Amino acid sequence: MIHYAWIVAALPAVAVPLIVFVGKRMPGQGAGIGIAAVAVSFVLSLIIAIPFLTGNQQPVEGHITWFDLGTFSLQVGQYVDGLTSMMLVVVTFVSLCVQVYSVAYMHEDVRYTWYYAVLSLFTASMLNLVLANDLIQLLVGWEGVGICSYLLVGHWYEDRVNSNAGIKAFITTKTGDIPFLFGIFTLIFATGTSNMRDINLAALHGGISAALLFAAALLLFGGAIGKSAQFPLHVWLPDAMAGPTPVSALIHAATMVAAGVYLVGRMFPVFVSAPHFVLTFVSIIAAITMLIAALLAMVQDDVKRVLAYSTVSQLAYMLAGLSLGPSGYTPGLFHLFTHAFFKALLFLAAGSLIHAVHSNNMSEMGGLRKKMPLTFVVFLIGAMALSGIPPLAGFWSKDEIISEAFKTHQYWLFAVTLGTAVLTAFYMTRAVLLTFFGDYRGHTEPHEAPLAMAAPMVVLAAFACLAGLLGPTHVFVDWVHFGPVAEHVPVDYGFAAISLVGALAGVAVGYGLYRRWRDPDPLRTLGPAYTFIENKYYLDDIYEKGIVRTIQYPMAAEVDRFDRNVVDGAVNGTGRAARGLGGVLRYLQSGSVQRYAVFLFVGVVVLAVIITRIT
Amino acid sequence: MHLWLPLVFSAALFAIGVYGVLARRNAVLILMSIELMLNAVNVNLVAFSKAIRSGLVTAGATAATTGQIFALFVITVAAAEIGIGLAIVILIYRNRESINVDEVNLLKW
Amino acid sequence: MIASFSAQDWAFTAVAVVGIIAALRMVTTKNVVHGALYLVIALSMIGAGYLVMAAEFVAWVQIIIYVGAIVVLLLFALMLTKAPIGREALDNQQRGISSLVALAVLAGLVFLVLDAFRSQTIPLPGPAPQTTTGQIGESLFRAFVAPFEIVSILLLAALIGAIAIARKDDPVHSDQHPAARTAETARRER
Repeated sequence: MIHYAWIVAALPAVAVPLIVFVGKRMPGQGAGIGIAAVAVSFVLSLIIAIPFLTGNQQPVEGHITWFDLGTFSLQVGQYVDGLTSMMLVVVTFVSLCVQVYSVAYMHEDVRYTWYYAVLSLFTASMLNLVLANDLIQLLVGWEGVGICSYLLVGHWYEDRVNSNAGIKAFITTKTGDIPFLFGIFTLIFATGTSNMRDINLAALHGGISAALLFAAALLLFGGAIGKSAQFPLHVWLPDAMAGPTPVSALIHAATMVAAGVYLVGRMFPVFVSAPHFVLTFVSIIAAITMLIAALLAMVQDDVKRVLAYSTVSQLAYMLAGLSLGPSGYTPGLFHLFTHAFFKALLFLAAGSLIHAVHSNNMSEMGGLRKKMPLTFVVFLIGAMALSGIPPLAGFWSKDEIISEAFKTHQYWLFAVTLGTAVLTAFYMTRAVLLTFFGDYRGHTEPHEAPLAMAAPMVVLAAFACLAGLLGPTHVFVDWVHFGPVAEHVPVDYGFAAISLVGALAGVAVGYGLYRRWRDPDPLRTLGPAYTFIENKYYLDDIYEKGIVRTIQYPMAAEVDRFDRNVVDGAVNGTGRAARGLGGVLRYLQSGSVQRYAVFLFVGVVVLAVIITRIT
Repeated sequence: MHLWLPLVFSAALFAIGVYGVLARRNAVLILMSIELMLNAVNVNLVAFSKAIRSGLVTAGATAATTGQIFALFVITVAAAEIGIGLAIVILIYRNRESINVDEVNLLKW
Repeated sequence: MIASFSAQDWAFTAVAVVGIIAALRMVTTKNVVHGALYLVIALSMIGAGYLVMAAEFVAWVQIIIYVGAIVVLLLFALMLTKAPIGREALDNQQRGISSLVALAVLAGLVFLVLDAFRSQTIPLPGPAPQTTTGQIGESLFRAFVAPFEIVSILLLAALIGAIAIARKDDPVHSDQHPAARTAETARRER
């Protein structure tokens, strides 16, 4: 079955044209096709993953040559190892949950069938990205998920805000894609191939010079910065919350944004073999992102934005884990695994809240635990998992990263990750309290989620509870590890205690401040610091005015000038010239036959002379 | 006799006829100039019929007088043409009270 | 070349000069009837030229048809159209261009002619030749009988056509003929 792993990506891809062409006529409006495809893919992913769980299965590669360019040949194929099979399970499972959830959430939507088509296309692209054995093929999947993200964020494009958010998402990730592309070029230049396994082997065995590795790794990381919303390209993710909530759950929590982390994980030999500054740079970026995002999450009123900034922060955790070197590989990817479940859960629960209250803002919620008990329970589970409360999933994965940071003597990173864990607990407590406790501040009559929405949430909540146990039982490290043999490192309960204390401290502060609803928000007592954070550190303004406008306005003016004067000028000029020529030529039409006869005789004489001279 | 004499005579008559066609207003005068041009062509034909008989091809009696027969037909056709032409001129005069051709310019821009 | 002119050459030259002068006067005169008369002279000189070239039949046909019939027809037309005598100018605006074009035509033709036929001659007819009348008659009714008959039909058609075109319509039928209607209105307005 592993040799046919590409079927997992092919099924949703086949579903796309089916939904587009046949979907509207089917009773489920095309949702059934999408769900069926991804469900089968999920089952196949499980079957593929099982051999890898023991740690004894060797990676399997298969490819066909697409075309040959002399010394360079482009391959298309699959490379299945532990990491790939883990990602397959995660992507197909979360996609399945989201698609089932969307049956109820997107009910009666204006573009229901198209939504499912693009969701399937996204799933197919992400699976292709994960399965790729070649950097160019990965890039194809990378761009594919970017396009689907743009389409889905701007799903309700009738409102200009949504389409602008989609454009912002696309352009910002594209800014990261440019260094990524050059990174690929560098690697092709260095090794003559774009096959990832060959590149990784060459990197490990010294086949690439240090300078090229340095450049390639940094450039590849540029792509990860864009796609995984790290500083300074994190600005698109909060705005992308303009899309439907299931989309946020799938794309902006569990899968697409994880693609950057996956890239680093897949090309980890390059990162590890490069000069050490590369990994240091990754950890610096991760640390900055972690903190600024956590601070931003504290001051949001929109519940989806709290979760969006939380995602940014957790992605930084994953990259921080990877930046610790070979020992950080499994912790970082374990966090990716667990985060996918509880963040998707949190987003789907937020979708349930929004569906009931018809508003995203927590200032219009409150006291919902009585009216929406199921949502309350699953949201609470997700929030506890995210904050790192044992025995839920986030605790195990976050703790591994924090303790590994200490053990590799990166004490500053240890401090940053620990501090961020405290902040994470704080803002999630704030979110839970503002939403489910106190008095109801909204205007509608909230009701619990229907079955199609509730079932995926429950399943994800179960995974949020149980998935973490794959860590201490060493199942996960057997599944996904760097290097030939997995190290079974026992859980260090000392650090576990430290991170638990930090999380509880955050919960306590949150509880103290937000036990009762207070208007204005108690954090505003921070004064100018609060305003600075509230304005997103003015980064959006800097980007908008400094970069976008300085390029866009002169360019637009120039293009307009060109269009008006040159292009329109040519067209109008042709018309004017024709008219002018006509105005001159009409004098030949004198109406006088004798005038015409003059021309005739002149012509005859000329012709006669020419012809007799020539012959 | 030199051949070029009648040929130059014919050329001169033709050129004078061209001037008359282009520069005169009265329709009848234009017709007269056209007659002059046709006569110039006749002179040319007769001159060549006389010259060919002697110099070039000896093809019997028929070849010797082809030009003159051609000239006869030209005269006949010219006669028919001027008959019709004058009938038209008279009709124009009846409709417009004038036969100055530069007053017939309805196709002017 | 002029030195080697024979008597025939001189005779033709004289005839040609008179003819050209008459033609020139025809296209420049202010009196249309004078123009018609100058045309008579030109046509006659052409006939004389034919005689000098020993093409008697064509010469006399020329005189009979052109001078005898066509010029008379032209004079009739001038009379019927109330030929303007001395009242208005007979030349239009194009005099300059026309003279240029005519000179160009003349120059072109003379150049071509002299370039090609400078040295050829027309021989004098030998002693006791068959008259051209006989020769023409022979070939006309043998080789060219078909064009002869067709030209007869052409003349008939022209005759009928001229009558049809220039006929004044019967007032009874005037409402059916648009051209006649305008003629009627023109007559009424006069």
